[in-house]
Amino acid sequence: MISSRLRQLFGDPLNAMLSLGVLAVALVCLPPLIRWGLVNAVFQPDPAACEAAQGQGACWGVVAEKARFILLGRYPAEALWRPLLAAGLIAGSWLVAAFARLSGGKLAGLLALAPLAALALLGGGFAGLDSVPTELWGGLPLTLLLTTAGMAGALPLGVAVANGRRSQLPVLRGILTGYVELARGIPLVAALFVASFLLPLFFPDGMALDMLWRVLIAIVLFAAAYLSEIIRGGLQAIPPGQLDAAAALGFTPWQAQRHVVLPQVLGAVAPSLANSAIALFKDTSLVTIVSLYELTGSLGLALAGDPQWRPFYLEAWIFLAATYWVGCALLARLSRQLEYAHPRRQGHQTRL
Amino acid sequence: MTPRNTARLAQALILAAFLGLAALLAVTTAEHLAQRGIRSGFDFLLEPAGFALGESLLAFEPEDTTLRAFAAGLANTLRVAVPGVLLALAVGVLTGFARMGDNPLVRGLASAAIDVFRNVPLLLQLLAWYFILTDLLPAADAALRLGPGVYLSKSGLALPWWGEQGFEPPEIAGFGIEGGARLTPEYLAMLLGLVLYSAAYIAETLRAAVEALPPGQRLAALAMGMTPRQAFLLVLLPQAWRAALPPVTSQLLNLFKNASLAVAIGYPDLVSVAGTSLNQTGRAIECLSIVIAVYLLLSLAAAALSHRLEARSLRGTPR
Repeated sequence: MISSRLRQLFGDPLNAMLSLGVLAVALVCLPPLIRWGLVNAVFQPDPAACEAAQGQGACWGVVAEKARFILLGRYPAEALWRPLLAAGLIAGSWLVAAFARLSGGKLAGLLALAPLAALALLGGGFAGLDSVPTELWGGLPLTLLLTTAGMAGALPLGVAVANGRRSQLPVLRGILTGYVELARGIPLVAALFVASFLLPLFFPDGMALDMLWRVLIAIVLFAAAYLSEIIRGGLQAIPPGQLDAAAALGFTPWQAQRHVVLPQVLGAVAPSLANSAIALFKDTSLVTIVSLYELTGSLGLALAGDPQWRPFYLEAWIFLAATYWVGCALLARLSRQLEYAHPRRQGHQTRL
Repeated sequence: MTPRNTARLAQALILAAFLGLAALLAVTTAEHLAQRGIRSGFDFLLEPAGFALGESLLAFEPEDTTLRAFAAGLANTLRVAVPGVLLALAVGVLTGFARMGDNPLVRGLASAAIDVFRNVPLLLQLLAWYFILTDLLPAADAALRLGPGVYLSKSGLALPWWGEQGFEPPEIAGFGIEGGARLTPEYLAMLLGLVLYSAAYIAETLRAAVEALPPGQRLAALAMGMTPRQAFLLVLLPQAWRAALPPVTSQLLNLFKNASLAVAIGYPDLVSVAGTSLNQTGRAIECLSIVIAVYLLLSLAAAALSHRLEARSLRGTPR
């Protein structure tokens, strides 16, 4: 066992050189890193101790001191349970989806209901909850909300566009192809600028929308173009005979789509859809460019104006990067879950 | 009504609805512009820009036209994206090799790096590089000397380059660095961030392509007496490369699009110039349509290029 490991590491000159190189780098880098991150680090939110340790040790206290601003943004202090619960609902729906084996319908319902509940909680204005303007929403709940609401809006639109592009009508196909190519051709930043500067010009007076809604429209339209391409790929994999068979059994075209085509397509492309959700989760960080303070923006908000804590940006950054990493890992696990679930659900077919 | 006529009617209705919506948008937009006293048209492109750019490949002064500002922005985008594409390809392929290699230490290291760089948003990575380059590095008069004439400091990376008196290595003089060429922290942060993020994706794409090959390919190569390394380089890689080409091109195109995140750290790329000009003139529609048009052209060019590469890589292969 040990000798085979050694052979893997030092079996030939190239491997021996690479192994020695990695070990040398580790020997040089790890001790100072451990000294900075653990041995000399300050774990209490104590500015004096942090300043004394600066350069020699990390100041993890900044996370404790600023966690509220980083995770919840500028939400009013007296109602912090609402963003916490909203984030918990969405994160919980991801956890359940990633670890419990749910059927397609329940899964979709769960993932779509969570952002609706979160919206109601954050917005308030009913049942004695004060209404909180969207400008004050921020941090983790906003990131999760933009991701889930974006996906929940983009998926039906993507399905519709993918089907529309297979229609017999050249005009419809042309318009939809134009939309998909346009949305996929431009960077998300440009789409967000459009949402920020152009959408207010497009809407009639009296229909003015908050930045949050405009950004959500842009995200849904942007993501739907990518999802429609994924779904179109899935649609192409359905043999035309299936539609004929459904018609022969007396299904109307709608029923055939709903009960025969769509379940197969969504099952087959589910892992790609989960990958798109990961991409969107990370891309929501861009909304800070149009001044919505989700996680990335609220990190800046929490530290930029505070000279006492700003020097410890890197420590707060590591905390935030780890948060994103966990979210991505959770969604990746969901993707794998879907990948394995699909063939099992139709095991008898794959064994043919 | 015959099915053909139904189809025609449906098309006419769709077209009418689409044009009606477009007309409605145009009318509301025109009304709003009039209300706010914003003139429209592209005439502002020929007027002086009135703003300075942090840095520019193309010489640019505030008195120059806005059109030139957009050109300088595009040049800046290309200045970071073109070297970025080449470096990302090189780093990505090397990392992919390391990730698939037989040395467990190297494999583990590559896999951890790919994991981190893929799962942290690019914007967050750019902000970290920018913070490291501008806050944690020493000031220019105490610059880190990386080699003969190569200095790294808060004011960027100084390199030996041809100046007015011929080839000149930079030197620390007083409170700054003189001579040679300078790469700003904004540019370095963009380049580092874009390259490492895209490289992680390229490495994973390559691995997925190799793993998707039928296992018999490797076994057959080994059975013919090839070493594992020969089997990888001569049998697996050429086949996997063909499958990986379309996703890799789309990754590289993404790098171009991601260069637009420059606006967050103040590197004056095309999108950030458009944003500044938009704030100055209020011509939102015009500024954003220029950005959209340029990116659509870039996407078209990339699609055409990828098509040609694919055709070439398929040439001479049995169907």
